[in-house]
Amino acid sequence: MIELRGLSKRYGDRFAVSELSLEVAKGELLVLLGGSGSGKTTTLKMINRLIEPTSGSVRLDGEDVAALTPSDLRRRIGYAFQQVGLFPHLSVSENIGITPSLLGWSPDQIRERVDTLLRLVELDPDEMRDRRPDELSGGQQQRAGVARALAARPRVMLLDEPFGALDPLTRQRLQDSFIRIRRELGVTAVFVTHDMTEALLLGDRIAVLSDGRMVQVGAPAELMRAPANDYVRQLLDTPRREAALVDSLLSTENTA
Amino acid sequence: MNEQLALLPAYLTAHLQLTLLALAASAAVSLPLGIAATRVRWLEQPALAIAAVIQTIPSLALLAVMVPILATLQLQSIGFLPAFIGLSLYGILPMLRNTVTGIAGVDPTLKEAARGVGMTPAQQLRQVELPLAMPIIVAGLRTATVWTVGMATLSTPVGATSLGNYIFTGLQTRNFSAVLVGCVASAVLALLLDALVHSLEVGVRDRRPRLVAVAGAVTAALYLYTVGSLAGSLVSEGDRPISVGAKGFTEQYVLAELLTQWIEQETDQPTAQRQSLGSIVAFDALAAGDVDVYVDYSGTVWANVMGQTGTGSRAEVRSAVAQYLDETHGIQIAATLGFENAYSLAMRDEDADRLGIARISDLPPLGLTLSMGGDLEFFSRPEWTAIEEVYGLRLAEERTMDAGLMYQAAAEGAVDLISAYTTDGRITAYDLRVLDDDRGAIPPYDALVMVSGRLVEERPDVVEALGRLDGRIDVEAMRQMNLAVDEGGENPASVATEFLRSLAR
Repeated sequence: MIELRGLSKRYGDRFAVSELSLEVAKGELLVLLGGSGSGKTTTLKMINRLIEPTSGSVRLDGEDVAALTPSDLRRRIGYAFQQVGLFPHLSVSENIGITPSLLGWSPDQIRERVDTLLRLVELDPDEMRDRRPDELSGGQQQRAGVARALAARPRVMLLDEPFGALDPLTRQRLQDSFIRIRRELGVTAVFVTHDMTEALLLGDRIAVLSDGRMVQVGAPAELMRAPANDYVRQLLDTPRREAALVDSLLSTENTA
Repeated sequence: MNEQLALLPAYLTAHLQLTLLALAASAAVSLPLGIAATRVRWLEQPALAIAAVIQTIPSLALLAVMVPILATLQLQSIGFLPAFIGLSLYGILPMLRNTVTGIAGVDPTLKEAARGVGMTPAQQLRQVELPLAMPIIVAGLRTATVWTVGMATLSTPVGATSLGNYIFTGLQTRNFSAVLVGCVASAVLALLLDALVHSLEVGVRDRRPRLVAVAGAVTAALYLYTVGSLAGSLVSEGDRPISVGAKGFTEQYVLAELLTQWIEQETDQPTAQRQSLGSIVAFDALAAGDVDVYVDYSGTVWANVMGQTGTGSRAEVRSAVAQYLDETHGIQIAATLGFENAYSLAMRDEDADRLGIARISDLPPLGLTLSMGGDLEFFSRPEWTAIEEVYGLRLAEERTMDAGLMYQAAAEGAVDLISAYTTDGRITAYDLRVLDDDRGAIPPYDALVMVSGRLVEERPDVVEALGRLDGRIDVEAMRQMNLAVDEGGENPASVATEFLRSLAR
């Protein structure tokens, strides 16, 4: 579905992304995992051309994305990111319906689609439709952001740490919702995160990035069984290590 | 007060024409330029810098400098055009800067979101950046509106009618009800226009269609009225009225009225006055043919336009001036009215007695204990330099003040000397004494009716009618007329009418 071939991005004499090649299968959720400066966000943004590659190519369903105009391309791809970016001067429904309106859908079609999406992301249409973004909680805003990304029925979604700014309980709820939505719609997704637990929970496959290069890609179990190097091993062990630490902390407290 | 209010529709209409059209022009330049400056990075600094420099030019100076510029370009140099251009330039900075700041200040996150949902750059501008920048842009528009309404009052000296006519004439003729009407009217106008812009903004922002409709309708009506009346006045240019100019003091207003009434009486020609023009503006306008006739003084032309530093007899100076005007500017002298209005140094009678001063050459020994008040032009004029040099005069203080207030200042002792006009009746009324120019530093100032070359060509009958005023006004008569306005509170028009009636007898 998505094919990245030898993708590179250079800023001055520094390579943010270096010779990255990757394939994303249809219907799969691929996680781009790495620390800050690993190039994961840059890679993501080269798919919808928010950043233009220095070299290499991106193919969407066999078509080179450079052949399309950027705005046309982005109307076919759902994009959600951490700060959400809901337009404050528009209502929730106007926000969600923005890409359909850019595509020229009729007002009736848009209205229906918006209501469907609100329900899909577990927001009450009657309550939320006409609200302004600043009247929503962080979690509700991010749900609306995901709805907006799905509005024009894209076959591909790009998500850049969408749940990173939320509290743990909200984050968990949204992760669950997102898993359910993806199952219902069958949308192919590329998901950037630095949170190991999130990666393990959501990803069909995980691509580990470091310093602009891909270190290893594979299903979570595979990475755990046969990590390519120490970095990957330590990375994948993180949730277990943290849980063990918490456990020992709680037990010493109990005995103290 | 009633005769003041009778002028309100004309002045208000003219003021609206200047303000609304200048604002439209400023917006038409600032908004696209501001948007472009956020797209083309290197454009921002130069554009803002130029606008800021324009702003530092004092508003009156900016308007005045338009006169010679437009004259050089062979365009109408006084009246609506220079005022319109000056006002439009002045309105650019607030709108340009706010457009740039407003758009640049939009949260980058939102710009990313706009691109992410698939907007083209133009859609991003129209649907996200401009709506979000609108409060700041509108604030710039409101600032520009209020500034422009205020600044438009300064159009009067460059010959454009505005509410400023009340203020300038009122200050000169000490008619403070006129000044009040002018100030109140412009303040009210500024507040109303500001409220109009604000209503439009609130209506759009809060999505109140009725408010937008009402505010929009009022705005549209104002613009239609403004453009319509302007077009109307341009179209009826068929029989172009004779343009009579007046500088900014009482005698000039009286003489302008006199010329106006005389022309209308003798030739049935419609006339239009342009009052409170600065000396140089009036002269340049006459030379360019934008003013047809006004009264100037031989000494003024001699010293200021011809740059002569010496002096001569009354006849010598007059004929030199006539020749110069004809050869260099095509200006003719239609009549020599018969009186001189010279600059003089005047002092309080009692001070002159006490200090034993009768002539200017008595002053230098006491110079450094004396202060002097001069009108708005005097201390920068060559005549003053000539007096200083010829008499070796150095004073303790030189204060520039409004000509109308000078005499009172001397009478109250705020200054010791003033640059009095010899035909000003207030010299005797305030017990002042004119000091004798014993070394002849000050040139003669014959009052001359000067006409443009254009008028000579197009309306010789008018020039001939003006010629019949030759020698008809003596010093005493002029002094009486000035006194009637300055102290008697009469208006220049009726004083002029009285005088013409006395001529007929």
